[in-house]
Amino acid sequence: MPVRVRVPTPLRRFTAGSGEVSAVGDSIRDVIEDLEHRHPGLRERLLDESGELRRFVNIYLNGDDIRFLDRLSSRVKDGDDVSIVPAIAGGK
Amino acid sequence: MSYVTDLRCRECGQIYPIEPLHVCETCFGPLEVSYDYGRIRGALSRSTIESRPRNLWRYRELLPVAQEVEMGPFSGFTPLLEAKRLGAEIGLKHLFLKDDTVNHPTLSYKDRVVSVAIAKALEFGFDTVSCASTGNLATAVAAHAARAGLRCFIFMPDGVEQGKVVGSTIYGAQVISIRGNYDDVNRLCSEIADKYGWAFVNINLRPYYTEGAKTFGFEVAEQLGWRLPDHIVLPTAGGTILPKVAKAFRELREVGLVEDGAARIYCAQAAGSAPVIRALHKGSDLIEPVKPDTIAKSIAIGNPADGFYVLRAVRESGGWGEAVSDDEIVAAIRLLARTEGVFAEPAGGTTLGVAIKLVEQGRIARDETVVVSITGNGYKTIEAVAGSIEQPFLIEARLKDFDALFERLLNGKRRRARG
Repeated sequence: MPVRVRVPTPLRRFTAGSGEVSAVGDSIRDVIEDLEHRHPGLRERLLDESGELRRFVNIYLNGDDIRFLDRLSSRVKDGDDVSIVPAIAGGK
Repeated sequence: MSYVTDLRCRECGQIYPIEPLHVCETCFGPLEVSYDYGRIRGALSRSTIESRPRNLWRYRELLPVAQEVEMGPFSGFTPLLEAKRLGAEIGLKHLFLKDDTVNHPTLSYKDRVVSVAIAKALEFGFDTVSCASTGNLATAVAAHAARAGLRCFIFMPDGVEQGKVVGSTIYGAQVISIRGNYDDVNRLCSEIADKYGWAFVNINLRPYYTEGAKTFGFEVAEQLGWRLPDHIVLPTAGGTILPKVAKAFRELREVGLVEDGAARIYCAQAAGSAPVIRALHKGSDLIEPVKPDTIAKSIAIGNPADGFYVLRAVRESGGWGEAVSDDEIVAAIRLLARTEGVFAEPAGGTTLGVAIKLVEQGRIARDETVVVSITGNGYKTIEAVAGSIEQPFLIEARLKDFDALFERLLNGKRRRARG
């Protein structure tokens, strides 16, 4: 299932400068595997050694933080929007 | 001249030059400013600092700014009040309030971090500063930008109260409302920072901005006579101030301004937004995000990026943390106002409420020195307490009406005293 993935600046050197790429998969984990296949090096920027989401990476699926969904197992469907965003500590 | 050496990733140690960068390209970890403490030790003494004007630039060797910095609204050096009446009420002999309700010019601790961010924006040659915020940060950025002559854009989620829009627009800032929630706004801002090349104080200037929070800790130590308190209670939202006060205390020892002693550091959160306290109490390093639901809006961040560093600083110091309910927060705001004449926003009710809890738990002993951090002003958040405040009596402009009312009030007091 193709989904759109928004890529933040620090990761664009893996995507030939592109801020938006497409990937396929049934879950966020699948999508990350597919991203790695298309853009080698991306996975280790997103996941730590144990395969979990890095502490300072947030992934949003259609605007919702996947930590509120089913984390890396969150299901994705055709046309979904996935955003990769470095954690920003606010201060309101 | 500056005593800064470089930026370093707090996670993997990678080194970066002093530029508007905030995340490590390798691991996304936050970048942190490093200093040459050996040189600072030689250049800075207690008497040098004491001879300088009473604002946060008196600690400039320990800030990431050009050393000739003499600009801005001169924030900081707020009072450290000895709180005898409040202390007597809650069972503490040596209680102090670090009172940023009167920080200049926008009445919150944010004037500290924004001072450094704006100085840095000018050094880097930015002409536009910006932030995503609905409250204290927005007003601080707008005011400091006005004085520095910088263009200012403030991004807010739509539907925020009119007062918050006015509080930024009055300084000439362009306020943009975004359809969505705070996370949506933050995400958009990091994209705007990339595309437009603006200085976002808490995004691409974040490593410098956060250093400004250290001045809260420097001042506490100086005002206690160059020593650290036994305990300090700090609020946690995104996780900026607490680890930076820990860093400030460490630096003071490192450069020889404070000789010994160690402060236990305590984290305070509102129960309706307490992801750090949950992790602390579980003994975990993993912070599960929450959806905030509390009157303490200024500290309602459900996914604190620097929460991990809060946990680490608290644990390393031998401190602890607690969360308090909205009712406890309001009660603490009222107690603080009634006993010490300080009107705090809910973040201050949170730190005081937590301090009370820590005393009850026996974690803080009666005769130890305790600093409770009051980081924002209650006049900005009237709505948080308005519902719990007694309404005034309405009478005719006649002395006998007042006599009758006063008699009633006295009787009411006597009845309460007997009951």
